[in-house]
Amino acid sequence: MAEDGSRISAAAGIEPVLEAKGLSQGQIVRKRFLGHSGAIIGLVVFALIFVMAFTSVGYLGIPGWWKYTHEQVSPLVNDGAPTSSLWPLAWGEHPFGQDRIGRDLFAMTMRGAQQSITIMLVIGLIAGLIGAVVGAISGYFRGWAEAILMRVTDVIIIVPALLLAAVMAQLAGRRDQGSWFASFASTNGVLALGIFLGLISWVSLARLMRGEFLSLREREFVDAARISGASNARIIFKHILPNAVGVLIVNVTLTMSAAILTETALSYLGVGVKAPDTSLGLLISQNQQAFATRPWLFWFPGMFIVLICLSINFIGDGLRDAFDPRQKKFNAKKAVDHRGTAVQASAVTAPDGPGYEQSGPEGSQYDGPADGTQGK
Amino acid sequence: MVTYIFRRLVTAALILLGASYFVYLLTAASGDPLEEFRASNSPQKQQLMDARTELLQLDTPAPLRYFKWFGGAVQCLVPFANSCDLGKNIAGQPVTEALGFALVQTLTLVTGATVLAILIGITLGIVTALRQYSTLDYGVTFMAFLFFSLPIFWVAVLLKEFGAIGFNNFLRNPEVPLPTALGIGVVAGALTTVAAGGAMKRRLLTGAIVFAFVTAVLIYFSATEWFKTPGLGPVIIAIAGAGIAFAVTLLSAGLKNRKALQSALISVGVGVVLYFVLQPLLNDATFLMIVILAVAFVLIGMGIGYVVGGYDRGQSMRAAAITSFLVGFLILLDRYMQAWPSYFNNSRVRGRPIATIGASTPNIEGDFWVLSLDSFTHLILPTLALILISLASYTRFTRASMLEIMNMDYIRTARAKGLSERTVVMRHAFRNALIPIATIVAFDIGALIGGAVITETVFSVRGMGFLFLDGIAHVDPNPVMGVFICVAITAMVFNLIADLAYSALDPRVRVKS
Repeated sequence: MAEDGSRISAAAGIEPVLEAKGLSQGQIVRKRFLGHSGAIIGLVVFALIFVMAFTSVGYLGIPGWWKYTHEQVSPLVNDGAPTSSLWPLAWGEHPFGQDRIGRDLFAMTMRGAQQSITIMLVIGLIAGLIGAVVGAISGYFRGWAEAILMRVTDVIIIVPALLLAAVMAQLAGRRDQGSWFASFASTNGVLALGIFLGLISWVSLARLMRGEFLSLREREFVDAARISGASNARIIFKHILPNAVGVLIVNVTLTMSAAILTETALSYLGVGVKAPDTSLGLLISQNQQAFATRPWLFWFPGMFIVLICLSINFIGDGLRDAFDPRQKKFNAKKAVDHRGTAVQASAVTAPDGPGYEQSGPEGSQYDGPADGTQGK
Repeated sequence: MVTYIFRRLVTAALILLGASYFVYLLTAASGDPLEEFRASNSPQKQQLMDARTELLQLDTPAPLRYFKWFGGAVQCLVPFANSCDLGKNIAGQPVTEALGFALVQTLTLVTGATVLAILIGITLGIVTALRQYSTLDYGVTFMAFLFFSLPIFWVAVLLKEFGAIGFNNFLRNPEVPLPTALGIGVVAGALTTVAAGGAMKRRLLTGAIVFAFVTAVLIYFSATEWFKTPGLGPVIIAIAGAGIAFAVTLLSAGLKNRKALQSALISVGVGVVLYFVLQPLLNDATFLMIVILAVAFVLIGMGIGYVVGGYDRGQSMRAAAITSFLVGFLILLDRYMQAWPSYFNNSRVRGRPIATIGASTPNIEGDFWVLSLDSFTHLILPTLALILISLASYTRFTRASMLEIMNMDYIRTARAKGLSERTVVMRHAFRNALIPIATIVAFDIGALIGGAVITETVFSVRGMGFLFLDGIAHVDPNPVMGVFICVAITAMVFNLIADLAYSALDPRVRVKS
């Protein structure tokens, strides 16, 4: 089947309408995602950084393969300049260099990347969950539940995140009180920050999900399910959610890429990750004065922020293209090469027209697999 | 309609009430405002603590203190009573005063950056949408993602290092060595080759011309030490003005409309004459005079367009007015350049013009031109950083919106009835693509007032973000509440404006009353 598809797409220049071939939604999405080169590169880069960050300096007490840790002080080699070189390709003793007192920057950067990735994943998970639940409830049940939840959303959306983070940082820093929160936050500072940011960044997701649910619940297949006696829970989980999951996943990805920048910004302002531990934003904040004398202290953490954020953004872009059935990827070059066969091929593969960029109103976004159960 | 607006305003007021109570409690709970005294060994420890307790009314618990604050804040709603009371900050300064100062700082910093980012972003978005899947499109898309992923504090430090310190060092001895000039020329030429449209031969030719031009200009600048005594002069204004006239006419009326082209060119001629007339007047310029002159230039342009006329008088007037305004801007730019040496050699600046922190050089003295050059040199780096960061979303959004419009049936109809591509793009597609952008622009303008907290911190601008951060750091609820109220009210009002604008622009969307 895969060979079939690729041959036809090569002939038409227009990706064939795979819905007609009896693939499930998941298969279609996977196929289109794997065809998006930017997203694949992003995925590979992110996977590399992820593996490197979590194996090199160890995580949760498990030792890593790198010889230094982010707190360990060792004698300065070559006045702390990076020892790695591209030609001849070599790591050396301190590949990213050392800071003024001799801590290894590679270890610190890896530790910072760990923290940033942890926070990002926690935020994505929590924001996605709360956003989906709140959006689903208010969009599906309407009435007073919607009124209350949406007003709460409105309130949270205008309260500045910076203030909340500062309050959290202050509370976590207050060790004298000995409350469970303070003790939890002092041992798991990063996790607490992630949970906290997750608890405030679900609001835009909730609004989007509500919009999706509002439009999907008026569709015929929901009426049909209700008439055939499906419960509310079944309609939400089996019929509506599979159709709204694209919007959810794409926006969770975008929230995560924004979360990386939020975390680094908060750490930079001194209300995020605190000093004995380290994070990418904190590293830049500590080392920006040293730019003239030790520029590498500034370059490497910044590059890792940009790389992580960029790869997540590309993954999000690929997911958006994969989930949006209106956007048929159109390869102009192939279309020029095979102009002669295009008409014929599209007529064969696409019973409902060549389908290049269906230009309908917003409501027709999910004209393909109307019900999540179809095609399984 | 009125009912709708009224209902929205009531909801907004209720949300504001709830959120402000929440924010007040949070700020008050975030720490101990007396902490610095508790740790001190000063003999007047108790007096200091009492004084601050009285100043911030700490003897009232926070949930009740909010209502005291609220009582004062409500008086701001009474028009002309001048009894607005937002409390005092920890130093004893009324918050309304501090807010007024911070607002001016923030708006000068953020307005220019936002306007430029919107203009450049929309232009790039439209160009990339029209050349979908070209090298230019891929390049811009990648750059948009890259800028979107940059932490602003990182960019700011880089800009300080290379934009300020590096450029100031260059200005000390402004010589561009020949290899550098050639290198910059090659880069500019290559970029033009990639960005230009049409056949390969034409693109290469354009690139070569740009390469030769840029290299020649750089060598000329280096030889004449132009960077020390910059200036345009009437000749360059005339040449550039002619270019502007052609470009503006091309976009607004089409080059086939000869009368429009004529009126644009005439307004350039008038502008060059006015250049000589205005020079003595500009020597003692004020801000108001510049504004009046700008309006006068637009009116002169419209007058020229009216006299020249043609089959579509409106088009001629528009082309001439825009051209005339831009030529006026060139004259202004030239005058600033004339003031550059006196700013550069000012005893306070001492030959390092591009500043890294603050909003103005302390204790600088000079005429209007020197003072405004001083604010420009302070604004340029934060503005650049903000533009880079916010450019991406405008570009992506405009591109998506434009692509959707270009696939609409009425665009095909417009092409089919034989309209020129310019008319199709500028009249039919561009205007409709702007509708969804109008709403995000309204949001962003609403968010302007909150300032850019991180940018203000990095560049030490004492704006709204600084006030907010400072209030949090000192556990001082009053300035935090002041900033919050300003930001929240503008954000909500602009949300409402965005919705109303959308329904006014797009007749398919109607507000429910």
